[in-house]
Amino acid sequence: MPDTATLLFLEQSLNALQFGMMLFMITAGLTLVFGIMDLVNLAHGSQFMFGAFIAAWVAGETGNFYLAVVVAIVLTMALGFLMEVTVLRHFYKRHHLDQVLVTFGFILILNEVARALWGAQGLSLALPDALNRSVPLLPGLDYSLYRFVFIVCGIVVSVFLYVLIVKTRIGMLIRAGASDRDMVRGLGVNIGLLFTFVFGLGAALAGLSGALAAPIMSATIGMGEPILIIAFVVIVLGGVGNVKGAFWAALLIGFIDTLGRSYMAAIISFLAGDSVSAALAPSLSGMLIYLLMACVLVVRPEGLFARRAG
Amino acid sequence: MKPSVKMLATMAAAVAAFAMPVGASAETIKLGLVTTFTTSAGAGGEATKRGVDLALEMLGKKMGGHDIELLVEDDGLKPEIGKQKTDKLILQDRVDFLLGYNYSNVLLASFPSAVENETFIISTNAGPHQLAGDYCNPWFFAVGFQNGQAPAAVGHVLNEAGTKSIYALAPNYAAGKDMVEGVISTFEGEVVGTSMTKWPDQLDFSSELASVRAANPEAVFVFYPPAHALQFVTQYQQAGLKETIPLYSVYTFDALTIPSIGEPAIGAQMALFWSIDLENEANRKFVEAFRAKYNRNPSNFAATAYDTVMLIDSVVRKLDGDMSDKDAVRAALKAADFSSVRGNFRFGNNHFPIHDFYQIEVVQGEDGELTTKIVKKVLSDFQDVYAGNCSMN
Amino acid sequence: MRKQLVSFAILIGLLCAVPPIAYWLDDPFLLSLASRCLILASAAVATNLIMGYGGLISLGHAVFIGIGGYVVGIASHHAFNDGMTWLSNGLLQLVAVLLLSVLVALFVGLVSLRTKGIYFLMITLAIGQMFYLAAVGAYDYGGDDGITVFAKSRFLGQALSGHYLIYWVSAAYLTASMFLVARLSSSRFGLVLRSAKVNEARTRAMGYEPFRVRLVAFTVAGVIAGGAGFLMANHAGFVSPAMLHWTRSGDLIVMVVLGGLGSVFGPLAGTVAFLALEEVLSGITEYWAIPVGAILIAVALYTPQGVMGLLSRRRNHG
Repeated sequence: MPDTATLLFLEQSLNALQFGMMLFMITAGLTLVFGIMDLVNLAHGSQFMFGAFIAAWVAGETGNFYLAVVVAIVLTMALGFLMEVTVLRHFYKRHHLDQVLVTFGFILILNEVARALWGAQGLSLALPDALNRSVPLLPGLDYSLYRFVFIVCGIVVSVFLYVLIVKTRIGMLIRAGASDRDMVRGLGVNIGLLFTFVFGLGAALAGLSGALAAPIMSATIGMGEPILIIAFVVIVLGGVGNVKGAFWAALLIGFIDTLGRSYMAAIISFLAGDSVSAALAPSLSGMLIYLLMACVLVVRPEGLFARRAG
Repeated sequence: MKPSVKMLATMAAAVAAFAMPVGASAETIKLGLVTTFTTSAGAGGEATKRGVDLALEMLGKKMGGHDIELLVEDDGLKPEIGKQKTDKLILQDRVDFLLGYNYSNVLLASFPSAVENETFIISTNAGPHQLAGDYCNPWFFAVGFQNGQAPAAVGHVLNEAGTKSIYALAPNYAAGKDMVEGVISTFEGEVVGTSMTKWPDQLDFSSELASVRAANPEAVFVFYPPAHALQFVTQYQQAGLKETIPLYSVYTFDALTIPSIGEPAIGAQMALFWSIDLENEANRKFVEAFRAKYNRNPSNFAATAYDTVMLIDSVVRKLDGDMSDKDAVRAALKAADFSSVRGNFRFGNNHFPIHDFYQIEVVQGEDGELTTKIVKKVLSDFQDVYAGNCSMN
Repeated sequence: MRKQLVSFAILIGLLCAVPPIAYWLDDPFLLSLASRCLILASAAVATNLIMGYGGLISLGHAVFIGIGGYVVGIASHHAFNDGMTWLSNGLLQLVAVLLLSVLVALFVGLVSLRTKGIYFLMITLAIGQMFYLAAVGAYDYGGDDGITVFAKSRFLGQALSGHYLIYWVSAAYLTASMFLVARLSSSRFGLVLRSAKVNEARTRAMGYEPFRVRLVAFTVAGVIAGGAGFLMANHAGFVSPAMLHWTRSGDLIVMVVLGGLGSVFGPLAGTVAFLALEEVLSGITEYWAIPVGAILIAVALYTPQGVMGLLSRRRNHG
C-alpha cells in the first residue's frame, strides 16, 4: 500500500487537475472573446458569479442539481446576449481602455444586483446524495466524487470546444475571425452575428463553470474578480485567442498553485527553517502564479504560445 | 465657454455637494454607525445594523427622554473609506458616539480621528490587540471582544476533551493569525500543522484539506468569518473529514452562516461569550424581540451591537443627556451599568470586555431548525492577555 | 502656452478658495475630503503621464503610492515604539521615498517595458500583487492591519498635521505635479513619448528609442505617485496593504479615463468626479454602486474623451 506522502501527492495532483479544469472552463470563453473580437471583458468574472448564483438558487428551489446547471447555462448566456446587444457591441472597434471602463461598470452593477437579489450572505448548493460521496481510488485514498466529476466535465468541455472550433463551419469562421477579422467580413459573413454568438458562447462557458463551482465554492458576491485575474494569467501564458494554449496553461497553473500551496511550507522549512517558513510560506505560495507569469514575460515578452500575427 | 471656466463651475458644484453640514439640536443624541454593507462581508454589517435598530426601537428611539438620531455609513471594507466616513460623522455631523467597525483594519484607520477630535468610538465587533495593549486609548471602548479570547477558550475545551493533536486553519490576515495564536496559547497538545490561506481570494480549500487528512490530527481548529465559512465547511464535509475528525471553531458558525451551511454544521463545537439560548432576562427579551421583528435568529454581531446601544443608553440616562463633560461620559461608559445580553459584563482597564465563555455546539432544535446550544461554561470573568500592556487603569 | 498658464492661474484660484469656504461653513471635513481628493489627483496625474501620454496601462501603479506611504508608516512605527525620533524627519523620508521610487520604477520598468498591451497590463498586475502580498505578510509592520501613523513627518520641527496645513501642502503638490507633467508632455521628451504611443516603428525610424523614453516617463510617474503616498500617509494617519492592491491601480485608471485621457486637467476632473460619485451616491442609497456603474458605462458610451471632452468642444491635445 502506498505510503502517506505518496497518497497526499496523488490527492494534491487530483486537486490540481480539478483546479486546472475549472480555470480552463472559465478562461476558454474569455480568451475566445478577447481573441476574436479584441474585447477585454472584465465582466466575464461576473458572468461566472451569475452562473453560480442562478444554479444555487434553482437547486435550492427545485432540489434538482442537473436542472439547475442547465438553467444556469441558459440564463447566463441570455445575460451575455443582453450585455452584447445593448452595450458591448459598440465597443469592438474601441480602445481597450474604453472597454475596461465599460466592463468595469458592468462589474459594479452585476455585483450589486446579485446582492439585491440574493443577499450579501451568499448561497450554497447542496449536492444530490448520489454525488456527495467519496470514492476510494486507491487503498487509503478517498477522493471526493464530485471533484472527480468536475474533472470529467472539464475534459468533456475541452473536447466539445475542440470539435466545435476545428471540425465545424462556425469553428472555421471563428478561427478565421481570430486571424483576420476584416477578411472574414469581406467574404460576406455576417460578422455581427458571429460576434454575438461567440460572446454568448463565452457567457455560457462562464455560466457553466460557475454552476459547477457553486457546490464547492458556494455563490458569493464578488467571487468572479479573483478568478478573472487568474484567467488573464492563463491567457497571457496560453496566448490570446488560443484555446489549446489556454488548456495547457490552465493545467500548468493549476499544478503550480495547488502543489505550491501544499509543499511551499515544507520546502521553505527545509531550506531556511521553521520560523522563516511560518512567516513567508503563506505569502509566497500566493505569489507563485504571479512569479511564474512575470518570469515568462521577462523571457518571452510575446507570451509562451504566441501565435497570433500582430 | 473656455474649458477652465466650465471647470470652475463643475468644481464649485462638487464643493457644494460635499458641504452639507447638518444642523444639530442640542438635546438630540447623535450616534454614528460605521460598518460594512457592501462586499461579501456585508452580512455582518447588516446584522450589526439589525441589532442597533432593534435596540433603538425597544428604547422608543429615546434615551432617558432625549431623542436619538442614528446616522449610518458604509465602509465598503476599505480602511480609507472607513476613515473618511468617520471623519464626516465627527467633523460634519458632530456625533456624540461612533459605533460599529466590524473589521480591524477599518477600525485602526478610523480611531485616530476619533482620538484627535475627542469623540468616543465604540467597537461592536473588531477587537485588535493593538488597541487592547500598547495603543489602548481613553476614547476607545470595545463592546465586542478581544480577538484572542474565544480561541483561548477553545484551547481549554480541547484540553478538557483530552485532545492530543490539532491542525489549525485560518485566513492569512491579522485576525486569522490572532485566532490561531489564541488557541495555541492555551492548548496543551501538539499542533501537527497550520495552514494560513490566502485572504480574501481563496475559496477552494481542497489542497489544505488534503494536508489535514495526511497529518491525521485528533481535531481541527478553524476560523473562517462569515464570508468564507460556507465554503470551508461544505468542502470539509465533501472531503469526508466531517465524519472522522471533529471540527472546533470560533466565529465561523453563527445565525448568519448556519442556515446556509445546513446539515453539515451539526455537531460543530465552538466557544463564544454569547449564545442564543443563554439564560438571562436581557437575552430572553432580546432574542424574542429580534425574532418577532426580523423573523430570524440573531447572531453575535447583532447581540454585541444591541449591547452597545444599551450601554450608550445607560450613559445618557446617567448624565441626563449632557455629553459635554467628557470625563463624566468616560466614567459612565466604564461603569457599564446596563444589562448585557451575555449576563456577566464589565470593562477591563484597557476598555475591553471581561466576560464569560461557553462551549457551544450546533444542534438541531425541537422545531427542526438548526441552532446553537450551550454545552457548559468554560471560563468565567475572562480577560484578554494584552491588558497588562495597557498603561491605563 | 499662454492659455495653459491662464488655466493654471484659475486652478490655483479655485484651490485657494476652498479653505476660506470651509472656514466660513465651519466644516473641516470639507478640507479633509478635498485634501484626499487632491492627493489622489496627483497620483492620477502620474497615471495619466504613463497612460494618457505613454499608452502604458499599468495595474501596478498603486505600488508607488504604497512605497511613499510605508516609508512614513515604518518610520512612524519605529519612531513611536522604539524612540527613534530622528526617523520622523520629513526631508529624510522624502529622500527615501525618492530613492525607493526610482529604484522600484527602474526595476519594474526594465522588467516589464519590453512587453505590450495586455502583457504589460498583466506583468504590472503580477508585480503589483507581489508587493501587496509582501506587505500583507509583513506582520512586524501590522500585516493587513496596517500601521497607524502616530508620528507624522516633521519639517523643521513642524509636524505635517492639521487640516489646513495638509490641504495647502496637497494643493501645492498637485499643482506642481500637474505643471511638471504639462511641461513634460509638450517638451520634446513628451512628443517622443506620445509619438511612440501612436506609432512605435516610425518613432524608431526617426532615431528615438521608445524603451528609454518610456522608462524615464515610468520613473517620473513612479516618483510623483510616491510623493502622493507620502502625503496620503500623513493625511490619513494610516497605511495598509490595501493601498497597494491592484484594484487601487484600477481606480486610478478609471479616474484618468473619466476625466479625459492625455489632458492636463483631466486627472483632477476625473478624481473629483469619481470621489463625488462615491460620496454623494453612498449617502443616497445602499446600492450606490449601481448608479456608479451605470454612469461609467454611459461615459464610456457617449463621452469617450471623459469629463474634459465634455467641457471642451474640440479634441483636447493637452
